[in-house]
Amino acid sequence: MERGAQTTQHGHHSPTLYIVGYVLSLVLTAISFVLALTHAMSVGPMMWILMILAGLQILVQLFFFMHVTEGDGPPYHSVTLLIGLIFTFAICLMSIWIMTFHYQSY
Amino acid sequence: MALAEKHVTSGGSARASSIEYRDPHQAVRILGFWLFLSTDMLLFACLFATYLVVRTHTDGGPTPHEIFDVPGFTIETFLLLTSSFTGGLATLAMRNGHKKQLMVWLIVTILLGLGFVGLEIQEFMADVAEGATMQRSAFLSAFFTLVGTHGSHVSLGIGWMFITLLQVARRGITEVTARKVFIVNLYWHFLDVVWVFIFTVVYLSGVVM
Repeated sequence: MERGAQTTQHGHHSPTLYIVGYVLSLVLTAISFVLALTHAMSVGPMMWILMILAGLQILVQLFFFMHVTEGDGPPYHSVTLLIGLIFTFAICLMSIWIMTFHYQSY
Repeated sequence: MALAEKHVTSGGSARASSIEYRDPHQAVRILGFWLFLSTDMLLFACLFATYLVVRTHTDGGPTPHEIFDVPGFTIETFLLLTSSFTGGLATLAMRNGHKKQLMVWLIVTILLGLGFVGLEIQEFMADVAEGATMQRSAFLSAFFTLVGTHGSHVSLGIGWMFITLLQVARRGITEVTARKVFIVNLYWHFLDVVWVFIFTVVYLSGVVM
Protein backbone atom coordinates (compact mmCIF):
# COMPACT_ATOMS: atom_id res chain seq x y z
CA MET A 1 0.00 0.00 0.00
CA GLU A 2 2.84 2.36 0.75
CA ARG A 3 4.20 1.53 -2.64
CA GLY A 4 1.24 3.13 -4.35
CA ALA A 5 2.62 6.50 -3.34
CA GLN A 6 5.76 5.81 -5.37
CA THR A 7 4.00 5.79 -8.71
CA THR A 8 4.20 9.47 -9.45
CA GLN A 9 7.90 9.64 -8.62
CA HIS A 10 9.09 7.42 -11.43
CA GLY A 11 6.25 6.63 -13.74
CA HIS A 12 8.25 7.66 -16.81
CA HIS A 13 10.93 5.44 -18.19
CA SER A 14 12.52 7.68 -20.76
CA PRO A 15 16.26 8.11 -21.28
CA THR A 16 16.09 11.90 -20.79
CA LEU A 17 17.43 11.86 -17.22
CA TYR A 18 20.29 9.56 -18.19
CA ILE A 19 21.28 11.77 -21.11
CA VAL A 20 21.15 14.89 -18.91
CA GLY A 21 23.27 13.09 -16.31
CA TYR A 22 25.81 11.97 -18.89
CA VAL A 23 26.14 15.45 -20.41
CA LEU A 24 26.48 16.99 -16.95
CA SER A 25 29.21 14.52 -15.96
CA LEU A 26 31.12 15.21 -19.19
CA VAL A 27 30.80 18.99 -18.76
CA LEU A 28 31.96 18.85 -15.12
CA THR A 29 34.95 16.71 -16.10
CA ALA A 30 35.81 19.02 -18.99
CA ILE A 31 35.71 22.10 -16.76
CA SER A 32 38.05 20.60 -14.16
CA PHE A 33 40.30 19.26 -16.92
CA VAL A 34 40.64 22.65 -18.64
CA LEU A 35 41.12 24.48 -15.33
CA ALA A 36 43.92 22.13 -14.32
CA LEU A 37 45.76 21.92 -17.62
CA THR A 38 45.71 25.63 -18.43
CA HIS A 39 46.87 26.45 -14.88
CA ALA A 40 44.09 29.02 -14.87
CA MET A 41 44.60 30.09 -11.25
CA SER A 42 46.82 29.53 -8.23
CA VAL A 43 46.96 26.04 -6.77
CA GLY A 44 45.03 26.63 -3.53
CA PRO A 45 41.76 28.02 -4.92
CA MET A 46 41.97 25.66 -7.89
CA MET A 47 42.05 22.59 -5.62
CA TRP A 48 38.91 23.82 -3.87
CA ILE A 49 37.13 24.29 -7.18
CA LEU A 50 38.26 20.88 -8.44
CA MET A 51 36.97 19.24 -5.25
CA ILE A 52 33.63 21.03 -5.54
CA LEU A 53 33.32 19.87 -9.16
CA ALA A 54 34.08 16.30 -8.06
CA GLY A 55 31.46 16.64 -5.32
CA LEU A 56 28.90 17.71 -7.93
CA GLN A 57 29.81 14.56 -9.89
CA ILE A 58 28.76 12.49 -6.85
CA LEU A 59 25.37 14.21 -6.91
CA VAL A 60 24.98 13.65 -10.67
CA GLN A 61 25.68 9.92 -10.33
CA LEU A 62 23.43 9.56 -7.28
CA PHE A 63 20.41 11.37 -8.68
CA PHE A 64 20.56 10.69 -12.40
CA PHE A 65 22.02 7.16 -12.47
CA MET A 66 21.71 5.51 -9.06
CA HIS A 67 18.10 6.54 -8.33
CA VAL A 68 19.00 7.44 -4.77
CA THR A 69 15.56 8.98 -4.16
CA GLU A 70 13.75 5.73 -4.97
CA GLY A 71 13.06 2.62 -2.97
CA ASP A 72 10.39 1.47 -0.57
CA GLY A 73 10.11 2.55 3.03
CA PRO A 74 12.33 4.98 4.92
CA PRO A 75 15.52 6.11 3.12
CA TYR A 76 17.93 4.11 5.30
CA HIS A 77 20.31 3.87 2.35
CA SER A 78 20.60 7.66 2.12
CA VAL A 79 21.37 7.88 5.83
CA THR A 80 24.18 5.30 5.68
CA LEU A 81 25.48 6.93 2.52
CA LEU A 82 25.59 10.30 4.26
CA ILE A 83 27.39 8.82 7.28
CA GLY A 84 29.82 7.05 4.93
CA LEU A 85 30.54 10.33 3.14
CA ILE A 86 31.07 12.20 6.42
CA PHE A 87 33.49 9.48 7.61
CA THR A 88 35.27 9.51 4.26
CA PHE A 89 35.93 13.23 4.32
CA ALA A 90 36.75 13.13 8.03
CA ILE A 91 39.37 10.39 7.51
CA CYS A 92 40.98 12.26 4.62
CA LEU A 93 40.90 15.77 6.06
CA MET A 94 42.00 14.75 9.56
CA SER A 95 44.85 12.65 8.14
CA ILE A 96 46.12 15.64 6.18
CA TRP A 97 45.67 17.89 9.17
CA ILE A 98 47.48 15.68 11.68
CA MET A 99 50.32 14.91 9.28
CA THR A 100 51.09 18.58 8.72
CA PHE A 101 52.46 18.61 12.29
CA HIS A 102 54.62 15.66 11.38
CA TYR A 103 56.04 17.55 8.41
CA GLN A 104 57.21 20.43 10.58
CA SER A 105 59.30 18.13 12.76
CA TYR A 106 61.45 17.09 9.83
CA MET B 1 -5.84 -0.09 -0.58
CA ALA B 2 -7.87 0.94 -3.60
CA LEU B 3 -4.72 2.35 -5.11
CA ALA B 4 -2.86 -0.92 -4.63
CA GLU B 5 -5.66 -2.91 -6.26
CA LYS B 6 -5.66 -0.57 -9.20
CA HIS B 7 -2.04 -1.43 -9.80
CA VAL B 8 -2.72 -5.14 -9.64
CA THR B 9 -5.48 -4.91 -12.20
CA SER B 10 -3.83 -2.48 -14.57
CA GLY B 11 -0.64 -4.54 -14.71
CA GLY B 12 2.59 -3.11 -16.03
CA SER B 13 1.35 0.18 -17.43
CA ALA B 14 0.77 1.85 -14.07
CA ARG B 15 3.50 0.31 -11.93
CA ALA B 16 3.38 0.41 -8.16
CA SER B 17 7.16 0.62 -8.22
CA SER B 18 9.97 -0.50 -10.47
CA ILE B 19 10.32 -4.24 -10.98
CA GLU B 20 13.46 -4.59 -8.86
CA TYR B 21 11.65 -3.24 -5.76
CA ARG B 22 8.36 -5.09 -6.19
CA ASP B 23 9.29 -8.11 -4.10
CA PRO B 24 10.28 -7.08 -0.54
CA HIS B 25 12.93 -9.85 -0.49
CA GLN B 26 14.64 -8.19 -3.42
CA ALA B 27 14.12 -4.65 -2.12
CA VAL B 28 15.91 -5.50 1.13
CA ARG B 29 18.86 -6.83 -0.87
CA ILE B 30 19.11 -3.49 -2.63
CA LEU B 31 19.21 -1.79 0.77
CA GLY B 32 21.91 -4.25 1.82
CA PHE B 33 23.94 -3.34 -1.21
CA TRP B 34 23.74 0.35 -0.38
CA LEU B 35 25.13 -0.54 3.06
CA PHE B 36 28.00 -2.37 1.38
CA LEU B 37 28.73 0.65 -0.82
CA SER B 38 28.95 2.88 2.26
CA THR B 39 31.55 0.58 3.82
CA ASP B 40 33.45 0.14 0.56
CA MET B 41 33.63 3.92 0.48
CA LEU B 42 35.50 3.79 3.80
CA LEU B 43 38.08 1.44 2.28
CA PHE B 44 38.72 4.03 -0.41
CA ALA B 45 38.71 6.80 2.21
CA CYS B 46 41.67 5.16 3.95
CA LEU B 47 43.56 4.69 0.69
CA PHE B 48 42.89 8.30 -0.34
CA ALA B 49 44.03 9.54 3.07
CA THR B 50 47.25 7.54 2.77
CA TYR B 51 47.86 8.88 -0.72
CA LEU B 52 47.20 12.48 0.33
CA VAL B 53 49.66 12.18 3.20
CA VAL B 54 52.56 10.58 1.30
CA ARG B 55 52.12 11.94 -2.19
CA THR B 56 55.05 14.34 -1.82
CA HIS B 57 57.32 11.58 -0.46
CA THR B 58 58.96 10.67 -3.73
CA ASP B 59 62.38 9.82 -2.25
CA GLY B 60 64.19 11.40 -5.21
CA GLY B 61 62.33 9.07 -7.59
CA PRO B 62 59.65 9.80 -10.20
CA THR B 63 57.23 12.59 -9.28
CA PRO B 64 53.51 12.64 -10.11
CA HIS B 65 54.17 15.29 -12.73
CA GLU B 66 56.71 13.07 -14.47
CA ILE B 67 54.75 9.83 -14.71
CA PHE B 68 51.16 10.96 -15.28
CA ASP B 69 50.19 10.68 -18.93
CA VAL B 70 47.52 13.30 -19.67
CA PRO B 71 45.95 11.76 -22.82
CA GLY B 72 46.01 8.34 -21.12
CA PHE B 73 44.06 9.25 -18.01
CA THR B 74 41.74 11.51 -20.01
CA ILE B 75 40.68 8.61 -22.23
CA GLU B 76 40.33 6.34 -19.18
CA THR B 77 38.05 8.93 -17.58
CA PHE B 78 35.98 9.29 -20.74
CA LEU B 79 35.58 5.51 -21.07
CA LEU B 80 34.45 5.12 -17.47
CA LEU B 81 32.02 8.07 -17.56
CA THR B 82 30.51 6.68 -20.75
CA SER B 83 30.27 3.18 -19.31
CA SER B 84 28.41 4.58 -16.31
CA PHE B 85 25.93 6.14 -18.74
CA THR B 86 25.48 2.92 -20.74
CA GLY B 87 25.07 1.03 -17.47
CA GLY B 88 22.27 3.44 -16.64
CA LEU B 89 20.70 2.77 -20.02
CA ALA B 90 20.82 -0.95 -19.18
CA THR B 91 18.82 -0.26 -16.00
CA LEU B 92 16.38 1.80 -18.06
CA ALA B 93 15.92 -0.98 -20.64
CA MET B 94 15.40 -3.45 -17.77
CA ARG B 95 12.66 -1.26 -16.27
CA ASN B 96 10.99 -0.95 -19.65
CA GLY B 97 11.11 -4.73 -20.01
CA HIS B 98 13.31 -4.74 -23.12
CA LYS B 99 15.47 -7.81 -22.69
CA LYS B 100 17.44 -7.38 -25.90
CA GLN B 101 18.25 -3.71 -25.27
CA LEU B 102 19.23 -4.57 -21.71
CA MET B 103 21.68 -7.21 -22.94
CA VAL B 104 23.14 -4.89 -25.59
CA TRP B 105 23.77 -2.10 -23.06
CA LEU B 106 25.30 -4.54 -20.59
CA ILE B 107 27.65 -5.78 -23.32
CA VAL B 108 28.58 -2.19 -24.29
CA THR B 109 29.25 -1.40 -20.61
CA ILE B 110 31.43 -4.50 -20.24
CA LEU B 111 33.43 -3.59 -23.37
CA LEU B 112 33.99 -0.02 -22.14
CA GLY B 113 35.07 -1.43 -18.77
CA LEU B 114 37.52 -3.77 -20.50
CA GLY B 115 38.89 -0.81 -22.46
CA PHE B 116 39.39 1.08 -19.21
CA VAL B 117 41.17 -1.79 -17.48
CA GLY B 118 43.31 -2.41 -20.59
CA LEU B 119 44.46 1.22 -20.65
CA GLU B 120 45.18 1.15 -16.94
CA ILE B 121 47.30 -2.00 -17.25
CA GLN B 122 49.16 -0.35 -20.13
CA GLU B 123 49.71 2.77 -18.00
CA PHE B 124 51.03 0.71 -15.07
CA MET B 125 53.38 -1.22 -17.35
CA ALA B 126 54.71 2.00 -18.87
CA ASP B 127 55.29 3.40 -15.35
CA VAL B 128 57.18 0.30 -14.27
CA ALA B 129 59.27 0.39 -17.46
CA GLU B 130 60.34 3.92 -16.50
CA GLY B 131 61.44 2.70 -13.08
CA ALA B 132 58.31 3.91 -11.28
CA THR B 133 57.66 0.65 -9.42
CA MET B 134 55.54 0.17 -6.34
CA GLN B 135 58.67 -0.33 -4.20
CA ARG B 136 60.40 2.87 -5.35
CA SER B 137 58.83 5.42 -2.98
CA ALA B 138 55.99 6.01 -0.53
CA PHE B 139 54.21 8.05 -3.19
CA LEU B 140 54.32 5.19 -5.70
CA SER B 141 53.24 2.60 -3.12
CA ALA B 142 50.21 4.70 -2.26
CA PHE B 143 49.51 5.48 -5.93
CA PHE B 144 49.54 1.86 -7.09
CA THR B 145 47.54 0.70 -4.08
CA LEU B 146 44.80 3.31 -4.53
CA VAL B 147 44.50 3.15 -8.32
CA GLY B 148 45.09 -0.61 -8.35
CA THR B 149 42.34 -1.21 -5.78
CA HIS B 150 39.95 0.76 -7.97
CA GLY B 151 41.14 -1.16 -11.05
CA SER B 152 40.55 -4.51 -9.36
CA HIS B 153 37.08 -3.34 -8.33
CA VAL B 154 36.37 -2.55 -11.98
CA SER B 155 37.76 -5.93 -13.08
CA LEU B 156 35.53 -7.68 -10.56
CA GLY B 157 32.61 -5.60 -11.78
CA ILE B 158 33.23 -6.71 -15.36
CA GLY B 159 33.11 -10.38 -14.36
CA TRP B 160 30.02 -9.79 -12.22
CA MET B 161 28.23 -7.93 -14.99
CA PHE B 162 29.04 -10.74 -17.42
CA ILE B 163 27.52 -13.33 -15.07
CA THR B 164 24.45 -11.10 -14.69
CA LEU B 165 24.24 -10.87 -18.47
CA LEU B 166 24.22 -14.68 -18.74
CA GLN B 167 21.45 -14.91 -16.14
CA VAL B 168 19.34 -12.36 -18.02
CA ALA B 169 19.93 -14.28 -21.26
CA ARG B 170 18.74 -17.53 -19.70
CA ARG B 171 15.95 -16.40 -17.41
CA GLY B 172 14.79 -13.11 -18.91
CA ILE B 173 13.79 -10.11 -16.80
CA THR B 174 12.37 -11.46 -13.55
CA GLU B 175 12.17 -9.80 -10.14
CA VAL B 176 15.41 -11.56 -9.23
CA THR B 177 17.43 -10.78 -12.36
CA ALA B 178 16.09 -7.21 -12.35
CA ARG B 179 17.41 -6.75 -8.83
CA LYS B 180 20.78 -8.19 -9.90
CA VAL B 181 20.99 -5.84 -12.88
CA PHE B 182 20.11 -2.90 -10.66
CA ILE B 183 22.70 -3.79 -8.03
CA VAL B 184 25.56 -4.42 -10.44
CA ASN B 185 24.86 -1.03 -11.97
CA LEU B 186 24.83 0.63 -8.55
CA TYR B 187 28.30 -0.85 -8.06
CA TRP B 188 29.38 0.42 -11.46
CA HIS B 189 28.17 3.99 -10.85
CA PHE B 190 29.88 3.92 -7.46
CA LEU B 191 33.18 2.99 -9.13
CA ASP B 192 32.67 5.87 -11.52
CA VAL B 193 32.37 8.26 -8.57
CA VAL B 194 35.54 6.83 -7.01
CA TRP B 195 37.33 7.28 -10.33
CA VAL B 196 36.22 10.93 -10.55
CA PHE B 197 37.97 11.46 -7.22
CA ILE B 198 41.08 9.57 -8.36
CA PHE B 199 41.02 11.72 -11.50
CA THR B 200 40.80 14.88 -9.38
CA VAL B 201 42.90 14.08 -6.32
CA VAL B 202 45.58 11.96 -7.98
CA TYR B 203 45.90 12.86 -11.64
CA LEU B 204 44.78 16.47 -12.02
CA SER B 205 46.39 17.59 -8.75
CA GLY B 206 49.52 15.70 -9.73
CA VAL B 207 49.70 17.61 -13.00
CA VAL B 208 48.92 20.95 -11.33
CA MET B 209 51.39 20.74 -8.44
